[in-house]
Amino acid sequence: MIEIENPFGKIATLEQALAFFKEEMTVMFGGFGGVGSPPNLIEGILAKEIKNLTLIGNDTGFPNIGIGKLVSQGRAKKVIASHIGSNPIAGKLMNQGVLEVEFSPQGTLVERIRAGGMGLGAILTDVGLDNTSVTKGKQQMELNGRSYLVETALTAEVSIVYAEKADPYGNLVYDKSARNTNPLVAMAGDFTIAEVKEIVPLGGLDPEEIVTPGIFVDMVILSNGVNWKWVWEEN
Amino acid sequence: MSMASELDIRNLMAKRAAREIVGGMVVNLGIGIPSLVPNHLPETTKVMFHAENGILGMGPSPGSGLEDGNLCNAGGYPVTIVPGASYCDSVTAFGMIRRGRIDVSILGSLQVSRQGDLANWIIPGKKVPGMGGAMDLASKAKKLIVLMSHTDKKGNPKILEQCTLPLTATRCVDMIITDQAVFEIKNCELVLMEYFSTTSVSRITAQTACRFSVSEDLKVIEV
Repeated sequence: MIEIENPFGKIATLEQALAFFKEEMTVMFGGFGGVGSPPNLIEGILAKEIKNLTLIGNDTGFPNIGIGKLVSQGRAKKVIASHIGSNPIAGKLMNQGVLEVEFSPQGTLVERIRAGGMGLGAILTDVGLDNTSVTKGKQQMELNGRSYLVETALTAEVSIVYAEKADPYGNLVYDKSARNTNPLVAMAGDFTIAEVKEIVPLGGLDPEEIVTPGIFVDMVILSNGVNWKWVWEEN
Repeated sequence: MSMASELDIRNLMAKRAAREIVGGMVVNLGIGIPSLVPNHLPETTKVMFHAENGILGMGPSPGSGLEDGNLCNAGGYPVTIVPGASYCDSVTAFGMIRRGRIDVSILGSLQVSRQGDLANWIIPGKKVPGMGGAMDLASKAKKLIVLMSHTDKKGNPKILEQCTLPLTATRCVDMIITDQAVFEIKNCELVLMEYFSTTSVSRITAQTACRFSVSEDLKVIEV
């Protein structure tokens, strides 16, 4: 096995990564129904018993898959997501009033995350204008004769993502549909931690194939892989 | 109604929806009956199936043992890809939707109004799963087809003058295919186009809670 040099000091252990998490923190996570969510980081946050988190991401996974583990075990006080339907415990906690849920249409949510990562304040969209549950409390404006909703940008104190490969600079390559929200979430964190299947030497990734430039990634840890059973494996 | 015949009806609905798809289209399918539509497309019809989680060119489910946890549809179940497929991030996947690049979106629904309002994301106090990508798709797909049972489990009509459930999007539905009939919504008017031979216009009228017109070219789909 090749010894990977660490000239940027970004390659770290899971323990070093977990030192960044604390109660009341806003954590943004990559993944869609658990696919492309970082398993070891989620397990680590769970094991450290960090509570009162505000979680931002596409959905709340399944009860024992992806970010769903943290949500089901009551570690979040608030979730900003597009969907919680695949995790019935999230719905139950919401109905009990112990979990605040802010819903955003999926396309709007990811644009808000992208805007945060791109240094923008908000985006304008007409999706959701028909729905008082979406427009509530939001500014609307007319532009060029059309109506738009002002949807504010989202950032987080820490972003956690999953990627297939990283190099020591934190350049990331994803795998198939496990890319999903990860490239956006990676950009929107004040501090971004990437859990990856493989770390290759500097120069080991073709610059043309890199999806997330390492400038957005502060820390890289090696993954032990998924530690949950997928829904389709349960039957 | 036996399980077998229920499946038959679901497939009849999916088969009818498949007739709206022609080669070269980009199609997004919701969960449930819409997911049966690809089974009814001729092999020669080349379609790019779009998935909100970043796949353009989704193929059928893989065989048992060939699943890849990193290649799933928006529902979290394993899929494959077809030649010419691409992966993208979620922003790009939704840019395709908002920019109007999705030719046909086929969704399930709880209610549809006479003018084509869609209510399919929430039952207040009962089921609040969140809208996911439904609002984006409903308001931006070039053609929106709803596949749903004509009535709910208690026999209440699901096609109404006004939806009683919160709307997903207004005036967005172009076609409704139920287990009894096919309606088109043209210029905010509901028109009965076809019905299955297992039912009748009078039964459809009785189980639809709003007025509709009947096409001069009304067809019966033999079952």
